[in-house]
Amino acid sequence: MGAGHAHVLYLDHDSPVHRAAPHVKIASMVLFTVVVVLTPREELWAFAGYTVLIAVVMGLARVRPGWLLTRSLIELPFVVFALILPFVGTGETVRVLGLTLSVEGLYGAWNILAKGTLGVWASLLLAATTTPRDLLLGLDRLRCPQLLTQIATFMLRYLVVILEEARRMRIARLSRGYDQRFLWQVKAFGIGIGSLFLRSYERGERVYLAMISRGYTGRLPAGHAAPAGALQWGAAALLPLAACAIAVATVLT
Amino acid sequence: MTDARLADEVPSLRVRDVHYTYPDGQVALRGVNLTINRGERVALLGPNGAGKTTLVLHLNGILHSGGHTHHSGGHGRAHHGGQSGRVEVAGLAVDPTDRKTLAEIRQRVGIVFQDPDDQLFMPTVAEDVAFGPANLGLRGAELAQRVDEALAAVGMSEHRDRAPHHLSFGQRRRVAVATVLAMRPEILVLDEPSSNLDPASRRELAEILLSLPVTMLMVTHDLPYALQLCPRSVILDNGVIVADGDTRSLLADAELLARHRLELPYGFSVTAR
Repeated sequence: MGAGHAHVLYLDHDSPVHRAAPHVKIASMVLFTVVVVLTPREELWAFAGYTVLIAVVMGLARVRPGWLLTRSLIELPFVVFALILPFVGTGETVRVLGLTLSVEGLYGAWNILAKGTLGVWASLLLAATTTPRDLLLGLDRLRCPQLLTQIATFMLRYLVVILEEARRMRIARLSRGYDQRFLWQVKAFGIGIGSLFLRSYERGERVYLAMISRGYTGRLPAGHAAPAGALQWGAAALLPLAACAIAVATVLT
Repeated sequence: MTDARLADEVPSLRVRDVHYTYPDGQVALRGVNLTINRGERVALLGPNGAGKTTLVLHLNGILHSGGHTHHSGGHGRAHHGGQSGRVEVAGLAVDPTDRKTLAEIRQRVGIVFQDPDDQLFMPTVAEDVAFGPANLGLRGAELAQRVDEALAAVGMSEHRDRAPHHLSFGQRRRVAVATVLAMRPEILVLDEPSSNLDPASRRELAEILLSLPVTMLMVTHDLPYALQLCPRSVILDNGVIVADGDTRSLLADAELLARHRLELPYGFSVTAR
């Protein structure tokens, strides 16, 4: 079977951050991001401070900077959007290298770029140190609605199955002379997507039958994320608290 | 069952005159009668489309004959006596309108579906095996013990924390059997247990199934597998049981097999003893 150990983002090694309970990490990451987003965009030094905090967590988690930087390419589409802003913004302008740029637009671009990047880094660090399964257990423990965690649990399980099915269908198409470079053959691809949808739908029905055959009544048995002690909560709170301190310090000075 | 002697007298499964018509009007079962005694291993043979899977889904009330519930909806006035069908598991009648007995029925009838990917949906093997007993209300040490016991019975204990998609197909099928064993069923129902298995996995599964002290109904058209595992076989064709007897003598009757689109693999022959 082609299903490898497909942890796209998780880095399988040990570190203090890996060992922390998932719900603690999620809470810490979300609060940190909230502080970052609430920081006035003019406080440039605050963002430098946040970057240092991220670097510290990265060091603790033994994540290489290169890993983080390549993965953060995911925000590229947003960055492109942000780069347009200085050119289309209105109001006061400033000349840089012969270009007339809007000050408002520059701040807007900086706002998206800095806050977006910090948010992506925080999420990546969470993903690098927590398995998808633990993330779900953590969300469950944080009282995230069970419907959402159930859907995500199923996705976690069946994404691999469906991808494998799609791969087999693609091989079968290729084996019968399909060539994805020929646009007129795109119909076969479209039909393939359609039948994949139908197959998944039918599988959903079969899974449900198998579930009610084992007594399913609408609730999955609760996951068992280990509770976190005060020490762990305290350690995890350091990140958002430090961010808060930086924000307050830069705003007041 | 407190009285062992009484338990011996009540069959594990009693199916009486079960009819079923699908909502689209296709008649799947036309009066099925089948009794399986405790401890028996029975093969349910039949060609594709004979109604085998439909019958299996009747055993735990997922489908049911009778026009009084939502499944047959407006087709309740079907004229072939759908109301008369009755399925009993160790004396308890399957009544889809009674949620409480239905839960009990689903504990007593353990169905292992054909595609283990349909059966195994939790992120890890152990969580999946725990799903059934947890639905029965077990928690903590008792639940853990059920999981350990079921995984040990299929030789999968060391894979308990792995994700199902990291297991081989044969291993997944064995875990699927464990998920049902963990509910301590009265009768184990297997839908095509040997399909897609390589010869070694097929033999390993046979050894596991033979070692389980449980009543078993095995749906298959793998006739040698039926011969190996089940002393008794029934043939279902066109919605009725057309033959019921000792597996070896059924398989030795080439004419009977041919009449119902059943064939031994090339090069095989079975002689009646």
